[in-house]
Formats: sequence, C-alpha cells, structure tokens
Amino acid sequence: MADVIASPAAQAAKAPRHADYLTDPDFKGLWSWLTTVDHKRIGVMYLWSTLLAFLAGGIMALIVRLELMHPGEDFMNAERYNQAFTLHGAIMVFLFIIPSIPAALGNFILPLMLGAKDVAFPRLNLASYYVYVVGAIMAVVSIVVGGVDTGWTFYTPYSTTTGGAVTMMTMSVFVLGFSSIFTGINFVATVHKLRAPGMGWFQMPLFVWAIYSTAIIQVLATPVLGITMVLLVMERAFNIGIFDAQIGGDPVLFQHFFWFYSHPAVYIMILPGMAIISEIIPTFCRRTIFGYRLIALSSVAIALIGFLVWGHHMFTSGQSALAAGIFSFLTFAVAIPSAIKVFNWASTMYGASISLATPMLYAISFLLLFTIGGLTGIFLGALSVDIHLHDTYFVVAHFHYVMMGGTVIAFLGGVHYWWPKMFGRMYNDTVGRIACGLVFIGFNCTFIPQFIMGSQGMPRRYYTYLDQFQPMHQFSTFGSWILGAGLMIAAVNLLSSLRNPKNAVDNPWAGTTLEWQTQSPPITHNFIGQPSVDHDPYDYRAFKIPADAVE
Amino acid sequence: MTWLRNLFLPNAASIRASDVDDLFMFVMYLNLFFFFLILGMVVLFVIKYRRKSQTQKTAHIEHNTFLELSWSVIPLILCMVVFFWGFNSYMQATVAPDGAMEIQVTAKKWVWTFGYPDGSVGIGKLWVPVNKPVRMVMHSEDVLHAFYVPAFRVKADVLPNRYTEVWFQATEVGDYVIPCAEYCGKGHSEMRAYVKVVSQQEYEKFLEEGDPDEKGKPPEELGALLYTNFGCSACHSIDGTKGQGPSWKGIYGQQHKMTDGKIITVDENYIRTSILQPQAEVVEGFQPIMPSFQGQIRERQLVALIAYIKSLK
Ligand code: HEM
Ligand SMILES: [Cu+2]
Repeated sequence: MADVIASPAAQAAKAPRHADYLTDPDFKGLWSWLTTVDHKRIGVMYLWSTLLAFLAGGIMALIVRLELMHPGEDFMNAERYNQAFTLHGAIMVFLFIIPSIPAALGNFILPLMLGAKDVAFPRLNLASYYVYVVGAIMAVVSIVVGGVDTGWTFYTPYSTTTGGAVTMMTMSVFVLGFSSIFTGINFVATVHKLRAPGMGWFQMPLFVWAIYSTAIIQVLATPVLGITMVLLVMERAFNIGIFDAQIGGDPVLFQHFFWFYSHPAVYIMILPGMAIISEIIPTFCRRTIFGYRLIALSSVAIALIGFLVWGHHMFTSGQSALAAGIFSFLTFAVAIPSAIKVFNWASTMYGASISLATPMLYAISFLLLFTIGGLTGIFLGALSVDIHLHDTYFVVAHFHYVMMGGTVIAFLGGVHYWWPKMFGRMYNDTVGRIACGLVFIGFNCTFIPQFIMGSQGMPRRYYTYLDQFQPMHQFSTFGSWILGAGLMIAAVNLLSSLRNPKNAVDNPWAGTTLEWQTQSPPITHNFIGQPSVDHDPYDYRAFKIPADAVE
Repeated sequence: MTWLRNLFLPNAASIRASDVDDLFMFVMYLNLFFFFLILGMVVLFVIKYRRKSQTQKTAHIEHNTFLELSWSVIPLILCMVVFFWGFNSYMQATVAPDGAMEIQVTAKKWVWTFGYPDGSVGIGKLWVPVNKPVRMVMHSEDVLHAFYVPAFRVKADVLPNRYTEVWFQATEVGDYVIPCAEYCGKGHSEMRAYVKVVSQQEYEKFLEEGDPDEKGKPPEELGALLYTNFGCSACHSIDGTKGQGPSWKGIYGQQHKMTDGKIITVDENYIRTSILQPQAEVVEGFQPIMPSFQGQIRERQLVALIAYIKSLK
C-alpha cells in the first residue's frame, strides 16, 4: 500500500538537525556519562557492560568445550573445570542474559517507543546500573580470591560445604538481583504512566508488552532469589540449619526456593527475546503483525503461568508423584502460548514484502532455533521421558536452544536493528549477514550433537567421559569455533562502523513505531514536541515509506 | 525409523525402557512434524514474498480466529496426550512390584556401595539377576548424588536426609554403566559403577562365593581390578599425574609429609590405615576427602590392593 515520499529534504537532512544525545554540548565528558540520568546513555552503558560479560562468558565456554575435546585431563583438572563451567553459567545468566535485553536495549528503546522523554524514575535507573557494576565487581572478586565450583544453581548441601568464594558469589547474585528489580519497577511505572497521547494498551508495540511482562516477573520473583541467597550465606557462615540435613534442615528445600525464582527467570530471559522478534518481523515484512492481541496476551500468560512450573526441574528429586503430575501438566500449559507466538510470527510473513537484511536473518534464525528449543521442552515435560533425560546433555542442549538460539540470537538481531538508531551509523549489511549465517551453522553444530549424546546417557557437568561419546564431543567443540568466529565477525562489523561518519538515516528500515520518528541518534529529550499516536502499531496501510529507507 | 531410535537412545535393557522409548519417539515425530511445518512456512514465504520493490503492496491481515484457534487447540490436545502418556508410565515406574528384591545403596563422594539382602556388601559393581524386579533403597552420606542407569531409563537423586528409591527389572544379561547424574564435586565425572545383570544361578553363586572375577587371581591382578571397581581410579592415578589424591606410582617405600608435619614412610600398615581410616593421616597438599572403606572391604581385597600398590614402580 505504501508510497514512497520523494523528498529531497530527507536527503539533505542526513547530517543531524539537532545535537544528539551523544554530542549534546550540555553533556560533555566522562563525568556527564557517569552521572547521566538519560535512559539512552544508561542503556548504552549497560550495552557495553553486558557485552563485556558476554565476551567473558563466551571465552569460558570455549575453554570448557576445548577441555571436552578428549576424555581425561587435557589442560584443566576436574577442579578447574568445575570452576570454569560455574563461571560460564553464572556470568552468562546473571551478568549477561538477564540484564542484556531489558536493561540495555529496553532502556534505550522502551521510552522512545512510548513517546516518552525518559523512564519514570531516571535516578533509580542510574542506581540500577551502579548496583549492577557493584555486583559484577563482586563476581570478579570471588573468581580472583578462590573461585566457585557449585554450578550456577548453587545446590545445597554441596554449596554449603565446598570451599572457595561461594559466599562472595552468592552475595554478588543478591546484589545483581536488586539491579534487576530496579529496572523492573521502572518499566512497570513507565508503561503505566508515560505512554504518548492516543496510545492505549492495545496500541503499544509488542516489544513493550513483552518487556512489561518481564518487568512484572523481575519485581515479583527476584526477591525470592535474594532471600534464598541470604539463607545460603547464613547457612555457610553460621550453620543455621535450614538446608543442612545433619542438623535437621532439608537440602531439597533449596531447590524449591531456587527454581521458584529461576524458572520465572527463564522467562525473564526469553520474553525480551520474543519482544525483539515481534518488532523485527513486521518491519522487515512491511505488514501488520498477525494476531497482535494473542501475542500480547501470550506474554502476560507466560509471565503468570511461569510461576507455577518450577517443580519440573526437580522430577527426580524425590518429590511426590502428585506434585510431579501437577508440575508436568502446568509445564505443558505454559508451552502453548509460545507455540501460538511462533505460528503468528511465521504467518506474518504471508503476503508480506520481505527483506532479508541482517536483523531479519537473525529473526528467522530465532524462529527456527527457538522452535527447536521449545519443542525439545516437550520431551522434558513428559514425566517418564524426563526421568531419563534429566541432568544429561539433552537438557544442556535444550536450554541453549532457548537461551542462546532464542534470546542471544534475538539480542543480536535487536542490536543490528537498532544500531543505526542508537549510534547513527550503519554497519556493512553483507558482512552482518555472513556473520549471522556462521552463528547459525556454528550454533547447530555445537548443540545438535549434545541432544544425541544426552539421550544416549551422557550426564552434564562432567569433565571426562566414556570413549563412546568422544566423536560427538569433538564435533561440538568444532562447532563452538565456528560459532565463536561468527560472533567475532559480527562484533568487528558493528564496532568498525563507529569509525564512520554518522551515515544512518532516521528510519532506515521503514519501521512504524515511534522510535523511528525521531532523528538518529535521538536528541537528548528524544522528541521535538510530544508525539502522539492515532493508529495501531505496524499499520502499513497509510504509512509512507521514506525515500532514504535501506532496501 | 529404527535408525533414528538407535541414534538417540541407548540399548534398552529393562522392562520399562520400551514404554519410555515409545513416548520419546512419539514426541520426536511430533517435533519433526512441527519443525518442518514452521521451516516450510518460513522458506515458502521468503521465496514467495521476497521484496521486489519499495512500493510493493502488502496484505493487511490482522488476525484470523479460525487459524489462531486451531494452533492453540491442536497443540494443546497433543500436549495433553503426551502429558497423560508420560504421567501414566511414570506412575508405573514409581511403585515397585510386591516381592521385589531389595538392595541398599549408599552414595558418598565418589563411591557407590551396594548392600545385598544377605548382608554382604559390594563396591562399584551391582550384581542383579535378570528378569527379577529389584528395588534400590538409597541414601547419601554427604552431598546429593543421582543413581542413573541409562540402559534402564531410571534415575533418582540420592539425598542425605531421607531414602529415595528406584526399581527396575533387567531383561538382558550384560554390564551397564551407572554414572552419577547429580553434580557432586571433583570426582563427579568419575563416580561410576556398573550393574552386572546375570542369570539367577550365577547370581546365587555370586552371593555364596563372592565375585568370580576376583577369584583365582594373584593379589596384584586382583588389586588392579579392584582399583577400577572400587572407584579408586576416580582420585588416584597410576601414572604419576596428580589427581584428587596422590598418585600411586612408586609411592611404596617413599617418605611423605603429612598435613600435621609428620613424615611417614609408605608401608603396608600405612596403606591399610589409609584405606580404613583415611582421615587419620592426610598427605600434605591434599584435602581429607577420601571415604572410609571400613566394613565394606574384605581382608583378601585389602591384601590385594596393597600388593598392587607395591607393584607400581
Ligand atoms: C516451550 C516450552 C518449554 C518447555 C516445555 C520446557 C521444559 C523444560 C523442562 C521440563 C526442564 C527440566 C529438565 C530437567 O532438568 O530435567 C527444562 C529445563 C530448562 N529450561 Fe526449559 N522449557 C521450555 C522453554 C524454556 C525457555 C523459554 C527457557 C529459557 C529462556 C528455558 C530454559 C531452561 C533452562 C535454563 C533449563 C535447565 C536449567 C538447569 O537445570 O540448569 N526453557 N525445560
Ligand atoms: Cu555424585
């Protein structure tokens, strides 16, 4: 339907018409960054920090995979190996995935999408960043002073009896939880209070719906994690006996507490990924999303039912058959909203005008990989099958398909999608697509063999293994190198674009949501005047495709 | 599609395994169907609706109640089928049949010990008769472990504060690995035992006369066998590399410094004490993590292990 605006003015306006948030003369120098309350700058600082964590966690992952090339000790003994996989998991979960999309991209984009000047509580936003930094430093200290070998799950009684810096690490997780809560509170308030005139709940972009659902989980679930971590520290320091069987405690209680947070937390990880995909697909299809309401409400449904399925991580822990039955049933119930979303995204490509630029390639990768991740969850939800698969590499592959194949791929797609908006520079699209292809291939080579060896009986958290598994482990390690190469290329491609002059147009992809209505990069106060909304998001019927949009 | 089954699932050697495998394969087919459905949609649409011009018209379809209902309800029904199937077969696997033979399992870092109905005890190797239901009553002496026999499709965590149980009925004679499936620290990946499924006669013979593999062997050879069976190999190497515990290579006759500063010469008595009361003297640079084998090891086995260590020059 869309016409092209043939506007010479748009061409002439390539140079920013106003100073943007990066070059604003009123906010110059390092100090202005460290004390900023601008959601965009905080988002950017979060972006660099979480990417650094991703790099650290990624290096740990490559080290772990390298050790697994052969059975027996290659270059790490069992003790080092156990520390390496613990760090990999803890860094990826607590320092990267949980904050990455909400706190980095969400911070930057959400207020823009709502047509707001900033989040509801800008200072709380900055506080959340500093709390994150303190938590991250504590995590680093705990690595330096002794290492941690409990796994990111900290199961008792192992975690209460092992040596190392477990106390420091659990306190770090406690602190990081507050940063997550602060972000969540901020987003809930922002979504309720700061929507542009004309933007009712069902005119909000789906990104906002999903980040809002995530924020609810962050606020409600994270305190449980905090309390659990405090109990663990008390147990280690004072032997209070909540988890210690020798003095009447129950180690399995820890697992209930832990998963009561950490299962909802897997939705803190995936919902933001879904948020990004719901933006990229309509934009690169140039048509309205299929089933807007169902996608929006699925996010809320996932957030709510997600609180009731934690026991599915504990089917072998000796829980009662009744409990196991209920948890299994609810696990299947929570799978349905995800299935609905996948079908709705795929259907959005019907009758579309599809561009395969880098962000869309990531979105398509997400569709395929998340589908595999979700579908393999069905094996695990089925009680008798999970008994066999629990704590094997099958589970490792499953959650990597959702967390890496889902969330990380979506995050990369989102970074490529909003990069021109955030920094005003365009990266090389061809290189971006090659990197995406390598990541896709490398990812599958790394994790498909893990499904096979897992169901063949290879337990997880093993630094050595029976010879029969070696071919699959080796294949997986080779895959991890392809994956690593793809990620490096993507990073170099993005970073080297920062040396270009600002060459991105305001709305390179012809997106309909409000963040594309302001200049790239946005001015400090986001919009000149108050934008308002008079149509549903993703409505291309009356939308004018800008003449300078990238093909 | 037996190749697919063989690719993913290990040899099935218990009566419950085939039911678990059938459900596994049912879910596998569902997965393949839905994956290729999504893949097909994506590929088809990308080819058909690839952008040809900036002004290309696009459809404005906001939703379609029939389609959306069908992809909510059909997956829901399929999921419920999988749920009931899985729950049902789980229930059957939970309760051991009456009259099942009972075995007491003790897990500790990083050894499995099995207590038979007649009071005898074995380490690292579980003898069971074929085609007889066997119920394992399990507990841990330290952290969590998990008893897992991939070939039987059974698994249960082993806890320090209460008994958990699994049962199985092996259908094929053979040796099957029991890897520890709940992370338990340094020796986790080597906390390995075996189930030895034998005929009823052989099983009875084992109860009367002990492990036939251990019979008629010179002490050094028997020691070498016990080194792996008892799981000593999880911590002690025989080639000089440092593990969780000191390597055995050439230690006999050496002088070792203990954590309390004492210098001790490794002789028969020292080795014997180390096996029975490992915490009594700990070599400097190591932690007191070795479990005691008191009451679980026969005199003959002790002598054999000492002979084996002596032989490692
Ligand atoms: C689509 C529906 C899904 C189903 C039916 C499902 C089912 C399951 C089940 C039953 C387990 C426990 C397996 C075991 O430990 O034996 C599990 C583990 C796990 N799942 Fe999912 N899952 C789904 C989606 C997700 C999503 C969206 C995420 C995260 C973004 C996720 C992350 C995880 C993680 C991290 C674990 C294992 C954690 C650990 O033990 O370290 N899953 N899943
Ligand atoms: Cu164990």
